[in-house]
Amino acid sequence: MKNIVILGGGTAGTIMANKLFQTLARDEWQITIVDQDETHIYQPGLLFIPFNIYTCNDVIKPRRDYIPKGVELIVSSIDVIEPDKSRVKLANSRVLSYDYLIIATGTRIRPQETDGLAEAGWHKNIFDFYTIEGACHLQKYLKHWPGGKMVLNIVEMPIKCPVAPLEFLFLADWWFTEQGIRDKVDLTFVTPLPGAFTKPKAAAILGDFLDKKNIHLISEFNTGSVDASTNKLVAFDGTEVAYDLLVTIPTNMGDAVIERSGMGDELNFVPTNKNTLQSKAHENVFVIGDATDLPSSKAGSVAHFQADVLTENMQRAIDGLPLLDGFDGHANCFIESGFGKGMLIDFNYDVEPLPGKYPLPGIGPFSLLQETKANHWGKMMFRWVYWNLLLRGSELPIQAQMNMAGKMR
Amino acid sequence: MPVREIAGKQVDFDDEGFMTNPDQWDEEIAKVLADEEGIAQLTDGHWQVIHFIRNDYKEKGQSPTIRRMNKVGNIATKDLYEWFPKGPAKKAARIAGLGKPQGCV
Ligand SMILES: Cc1cc2nc3c(=O)[nH]c(=O)nc-3n(C[C@H](O)[C@H](O)[C@H](O)COP(=O)(O)OP(=O)(O)OC[C@H]3O[C@@H](n4cnc5c(N)ncnc54)[C@H](O)[C@@H]3O)c2cc1C
Repeated sequence: MKNIVILGGGTAGTIMANKLFQTLARDEWQITIVDQDETHIYQPGLLFIPFNIYTCNDVIKPRRDYIPKGVELIVSSIDVIEPDKSRVKLANSRVLSYDYLIIATGTRIRPQETDGLAEAGWHKNIFDFYTIEGACHLQKYLKHWPGGKMVLNIVEMPIKCPVAPLEFLFLADWWFTEQGIRDKVDLTFVTPLPGAFTKPKAAAILGDFLDKKNIHLISEFNTGSVDASTNKLVAFDGTEVAYDLLVTIPTNMGDAVIERSGMGDELNFVPTNKNTLQSKAHENVFVIGDATDLPSSKAGSVAHFQADVLTENMQRAIDGLPLLDGFDGHANCFIESGFGKGMLIDFNYDVEPLPGKYPLPGIGPFSLLQETKANHWGKMMFRWVYWNLLLRGSELPIQAQMNMAGKMR
Repeated sequence: MPVREIAGKQVDFDDEGFMTNPDQWDEEIAKVLADEEGIAQLTDGHWQVIHFIRNDYKEKGQSPTIRRMNKVGNIATKDLYEWFPKGPAKKAARIAGLGKPQGCV
């Protein structure tokens, strides 16, 4: 038997385990997947927890239920990858040798990277919502918060799901309105980007939404430290922003195992071929999802599109064929915009998010970069799609590569 | 693509004012570009940054991020903001004759 080892059983790893199990000869290939814990978190759902739309239990399921029976799931932390010896050492002291390795260890927040952030104020009046702990703490805090100045801060790019901070603000505007205290809340978005979003057209349109919703924007703010004793964000150039409640997206980095294995860049992301998903350093190593250093969005939809490409390229590698340049950077994200509405963006490496229509056989079309109720339902439906279709590697009616149909320049 | 004459040389730029051919660069050009960025005098600190990012560019094919200058080049982030106020990565890249640092997504 030959071995494929998948590191990380989150979105990307789980999809790959399912797809490879469906496609590879079972009497030739043993697939093993490793994750450090038993619980799979539906991360897009974390956004809704602070506003009581989802409970903390609504976003978790047993990881095992999503791994095919014929794939071995090992629950252990990964100690180190030794790519030159084609093996992985686990914290439970097992050593896994592989013919092919798939790295899908994702990205996590590292509040410790910013002075003062993870200290006195942490989970007191400073919260994240990128972890289940952060989101659930914030839910409790918001329930009793009388109002004041809420600052939402992106410390540093890149972050996973770069639209999530905007969605959080839009939902906050709706939530405080519902609570009848919107007039007591000042909402401010503090970002290192020059505008509301990474890409110019979407940034302009989303910026208008911020204006309309009376959410203030402070751009090009490079957070240097947090002073939790005076409740201030301090930029590297000395500029300060005061807050009563700070919701932060701390620095996002790849897992420490990447650093321990000497396989990452300065953010512990693994240098990866942007079209084939092969590691730049090792021929029998592939990388997928948030763990890559690619200039694509770090999102579940991206991991899904990449999985189509990677499944084909793994087969080609096994059969000794050249790899295909199949991945074009395609991302597709619903943006919850509050009051039961949503937007949608669809883009790739070369084409920024554009307005127009997004055709979807059977269900669509959805409107791009415009607020509609249908987009909101698309977003809410995504949880069902995630658990029932996406993770299981089922065919979705969406092509891996981006399509220009319906888009307007 | 705009071409400008600087310090007696023909220099190619893109629409955002970044040089398109790093080989055309020399220290005289750097001084002129620095001046345009509001930096009147290039100190040893500035030069350290400029040389680091040019070497890094040769190796990696792209202008480094602030974090990379920090981690790999051993240059304190605070210093970067002091020497190249506002946008150190962008400013330093421009003065060093390199392309605009990759935007993020
Ligand atoms: C608040 C929020 C909202 C989001 N909204 C959306 C959205 O609307 N749409 C969308 O498409 N995407 C969204 N995303 C992004 C999406 O969740 C991620 O991009 C996606 O989960 C990435 O999949 P992944 O497999 O690369 O990483 P993950 O799913 O994070 O999986 C990584 C796995 O690796 C394991 N691991 C890491 N290191 C080790 C180790 N050393 N030992 C053992 N195991 C390890 C982890 O336990 C984890 O299970 C959102 C994310 C957040 C946080």
